[in-house]
Amino acid sequence: MPAVAVGNVGQLAVDLIVSTLNMSRVGHIHTDCLIPMAGNNPYATCKEDAEELHTPAEVYTAAELKLAVLQIRAPIVQTKSKKFRQLLLSWIKASGFSRTVVLSSSHAYQRDDQQLQGTPLRYLVTPSLLKVSAHALKELGWREMERVSAFPGLTDANTEPRLYIPGGGITKGLYTDSCTEDLPLAVLLLFCSEGDNIPDAFTLVNHLNDWLQLLDNHSPEPNKWKIPPSWNLLFGSGIPPALF
Amino acid sequence: MATFFGEVLSVYSRAVEEEEEDVDEENEEDEEIRRELEQKREVVLHWSPEVSEALRSGNKLQCSDFILAVGHNAASFLSAYVLSSANWDAVGHASVWNERSRAVTGQHSEESACVFHRRKDNPSVLICQVTCYLAEDQQFQWTEKVFECLQHRELNVMVLSDGSVADYKTADYLCSSSAPFLRSLHTGAFSDRPVCQPLEQPNIITGLPAAVLNHCQVHRVAAVVYQCYSDVIGPDSVTMETYKLALTRLGRSIQLDPSPSTDILRKFARTTDIQSNLYI
Repeated sequence: MPAVAVGNVGQLAVDLIVSTLNMSRVGHIHTDCLIPMAGNNPYATCKEDAEELHTPAEVYTAAELKLAVLQIRAPIVQTKSKKFRQLLLSWIKASGFSRTVVLSSSHAYQRDDQQLQGTPLRYLVTPSLLKVSAHALKELGWREMERVSAFPGLTDANTEPRLYIPGGGITKGLYTDSCTEDLPLAVLLLFCSEGDNIPDAFTLVNHLNDWLQLLDNHSPEPNKWKIPPSWNLLFGSGIPPALF
Repeated sequence: MATFFGEVLSVYSRAVEEEEEDVDEENEEDEEIRRELEQKREVVLHWSPEVSEALRSGNKLQCSDFILAVGHNAASFLSAYVLSSANWDAVGHASVWNERSRAVTGQHSEESACVFHRRKDNPSVLICQVTCYLAEDQQFQWTEKVFECLQHRELNVMVLSDGSVADYKTADYLCSSSAPFLRSLHTGAFSDRPVCQPLEQPNIITGLPAAVLNHCQVHRVAAVVYQCYSDVIGPDSVTMETYKLALTRLGRSIQLDPSPSTDILRKFARTTDIQSNLYI
């Protein structure tokens, strides 16, 4: 699932997964925690399936990969983020997923000195998932999200380094709640800024693929992900000729 | 964040607001204020005595057609073309307060912002006109409260909604002569054919029409939204006329006045107040 976070990178990455794997919609989450929106099929491949209504939170599955994907298309109502987190976690528990992966992002400009170096990708796992996946994560050589000091520059012995994911929306809350409730959950996040976040989405989804192997390995081309039609005109309509 | 010239700009994200960390550490006073604010923002439905009686002890209103107009042009269209015949009773209104509501000087403005009408000779046809602004957290609530009063079986919902052509995304730039135009979105349960083209990707609808559509999709109610994209801000008779097409399907349930008199139209298509003549 994505977290609604800076650059909408998690959501864009999920769009790529649903579109490429041609996943089928199996349900939606109807809640007052998300701002309402509606539109026709964002993954339409032909005229016949174009006129299908889609809502702010929907679940897709790919049975052969034993994969379920939740796509969230709208911002969370500000006062309801805790309620939404609880809703998600109770749904995850009730569904009995063997592991949950949250795709997220964080403000690149708020990195501290050590985070500025190297890869912009980070991960987090809850203790219960670590038991199962420690080896795989070690093999991949991923970098864990660092704990940062609450007041950078102040060498106060009392302030312990803490987890800080600015711009990550409900990511931190989901992670800490999952640790408390002993749920197997992983977070994959990317440091980025607002702008054209399509390359960021590709970076994140390829990173995820390195671990979960969602795509067939036979096709080595970099653009093996299918861009859905809903990504057209991300920056507005065509230019009026009269402008020139 | 720092720019190349050394100035520091505050950055905002289109996706997330700045989080309030540690909201759980609110003290009692903050919680009290928050609760009071929530109460003030609650959507409250006020029905006429007849309808309140009918809704007593969990009963629902028998309704075959529910037409919702969101926005000034949609609401004025219904007023001029449908409600001007004397066949309709005002049966209720909803009171909605949020940060954008102007200070109410009397009951009148509050009551006219969201009104329900029912046909006298066919009480299963209900019309609602919403001209006030509904905040993001009130849209779902409004929808749930209204639909709670209506029986869902064989209910048909139609929403007429105003939109700006500036929000409509298309690869070929639209020349202004094509506006105003309609686009439709419907739920899976809607089996009729919409009177206009479907809303193409990547366009979406938001706000109250979206909340209604979501509700109807989840509860398998036949519903269609006709979004009118217009290049005029404010009530305008040409924009209003665009909605005529949408009501042709409902011919039997709704009697449309095919050409209302200019007096009636003039009443609704007022020019905007002179205080904002910047864009005349």
